[in-house]
Amino acid sequence: MKAIYKREFHSYFNSMTGWLFVAVMTLFVGIYFMAYNLFAGQPYFSSALSGTLFVFMVLIPILTMRSMAEERHSKTDQLLLTSPASVTSVVLGKYFALLSVLAVPVLISCLCPLIIKLNGTAFLRADYATILAFFLLGAVEIAVGLLISALTESQIIAAVGTFCILLVLYLWDGLTSYLPTSAGGSLGGLFIVLAIVCFLLNSLSDNWKITVGTAVAGTAVLLGFYWHDSSKFKSLLPDALGKFSLLNAFDSFASDHVFDLSGLLLYLSLIALLVFLTVQVIQKRRWN
Amino acid sequence: MVEVKNLVKCYGGRNAVDHLSFTVEDGQIFGFLGPNGAGKTTTMNIMTGYLAATEGDVVIEGHNVLEEPEAAKRCIGYLPELPPLYPDMTVLEYLRFVAELKRIPKTERENQIGRCVALTHLEEMSNRLIRNLSKGYRQRVGLAQAMLGFPKIIILDEPTVGLDPKQVVEIRDLIRQLAREHTVIISSHILSEIRAVCDHVLIIRKGRFVACDTPEHLEELLSSTDQLALTARGSRSAVESILAGQAQVRSHVLTENSDGTVHAELTVEGDPREQLFYAFAEAKCPLVELGVRMASLEDVFLDLTDDDDAVAAKAAALLTGSSVPEEAAAPEGEEAEEKEGTGNESDL
Repeated sequence: MKAIYKREFHSYFNSMTGWLFVAVMTLFVGIYFMAYNLFAGQPYFSSALSGTLFVFMVLIPILTMRSMAEERHSKTDQLLLTSPASVTSVVLGKYFALLSVLAVPVLISCLCPLIIKLNGTAFLRADYATILAFFLLGAVEIAVGLLISALTESQIIAAVGTFCILLVLYLWDGLTSYLPTSAGGSLGGLFIVLAIVCFLLNSLSDNWKITVGTAVAGTAVLLGFYWHDSSKFKSLLPDALGKFSLLNAFDSFASDHVFDLSGLLLYLSLIALLVFLTVQVIQKRRWN
Repeated sequence: MVEVKNLVKCYGGRNAVDHLSFTVEDGQIFGFLGPNGAGKTTTMNIMTGYLAATEGDVVIEGHNVLEEPEAAKRCIGYLPELPPLYPDMTVLEYLRFVAELKRIPKTERENQIGRCVALTHLEEMSNRLIRNLSKGYRQRVGLAQAMLGFPKIIILDEPTVGLDPKQVVEIRDLIRQLAREHTVIISSHILSEIRAVCDHVLIIRKGRFVACDTPEHLEELLSSTDQLALTARGSRSAVESILAGQAQVRSHVLTENSDGTVHAELTVEGDPREQLFYAFAEAKCPLVELGVRMASLEDVFLDLTDDDDAVAAKAAALLTGSSVPEEAAAPEGEEAEEKEGTGNESDL
């Protein structure tokens, strides 16, 4: 893992990608910092950070697109996968290298609250907690990019795919508000979620027995609960999906200045899930 | 020792490797021979753990590749068809990365890298970016990568493809050198290449076992129908009468060339080359060329790996020394030949 981490990290800074990422991130953080904090005089650096979030949507696909896709395209994955290193350590090595690249502009932005402090009152704890949430949100998005990059051989498809998913994640709150709030609508929505889960399960396990079992059990549970008490299904789906809103968790740090532990746990568990899926996708390909 | 047992790899309903079994003993230079698409690369990819087999086992030094991948992969150095190089690294950086990836102890790393660089004659290139290296040098970097850690088994997939003749000779020498301490497995679709370096050959066709033997033994079996070719200056009738006087010449085919020479292809018993020389000299009909028709081996190899199942079965029958009846050259015939082939292997 260490070897892969070192190689990846060096390669980001041997090529343009790493420098570009750091430069553009720092530039945008700087612009918002200047506008919000230095000129408008806001004491919270977190407001500048929430303004910068959209830059992730463009930069992270560019950063992650080559991580797995390029290895597969140039067949260097043969070296990694035939070496004594396990697939998990390969993926983790790459992921930590990406996190380290992300950490560079985040560490630079750690200076900003201190600059505010020099010029007046600063809320250091709130600001540094927001920087942590900012880093973890970036880490989730990088994990999305890593997974998409593992799915394809083409860097362009990886970048576009990651961009689309990140866009959906940014619009998540707006989109969930369009979901039907009636009990029947929620039931229908849950069936669609079940179908997607079954589809993913089937493509990952290649075992139709597991898929059918899950589908039957899921349908029975859903119908059972619905028959038992349909009023609980009212606006269940929008509420449940709303819980997965990445921006909500960040906003509670940035706007409400609350240390949102459940939000951090959401980020961490999503990272674990996405990295796990990346490993599974690569393992799965060996069996095809 | 590498044991491959009943290997099957299925790609979308088609078997790329079809119930393949063989054993590579320690210290052998083992060659995979087969036309393009015979399943050589797939087999190698499965042996190194890059792909998983649909069925069957690969056991490397007592470790199953699927069950104990890390222990098995430690015993293997692999050079895939396309050397897995990172163009943005220098040769030394790359080799250091591979050494760390293969978990070579820190104290030995520089020493081993030095040895690999020296063996592959990469000293002058060691600080160049891989991006700027020619195909031959890239192949050598790939080879150095496979050798790093000096694993017991070194697997090379078509190591000489795309190299110039001088480089081919160098790589072959290197392979022979490696074979003193390692088991080397190489693949090729070129018969002469395998003959030049290997002491054991496995011929596969459409993912199936055809034959496994030493090249000398195979050659003996294959060249049992001895063929000579000669060119003599003289008239057709003169050549014909000389050949008719030779007891060892069983049959001949003559063709007249435009430059006043006659080309003859002979089927002979034993080795009548000296007698032929004296006979032609006496008749004042100078021999311009006389040689064993080597193409016959290539021909049989081509037949062995022919797309047409019937042709291949007939050629395989020649190998195993049994005669497959014309009408049985269908699927059942192939089954029989496969069994005989496996028996042949265990005899060794």
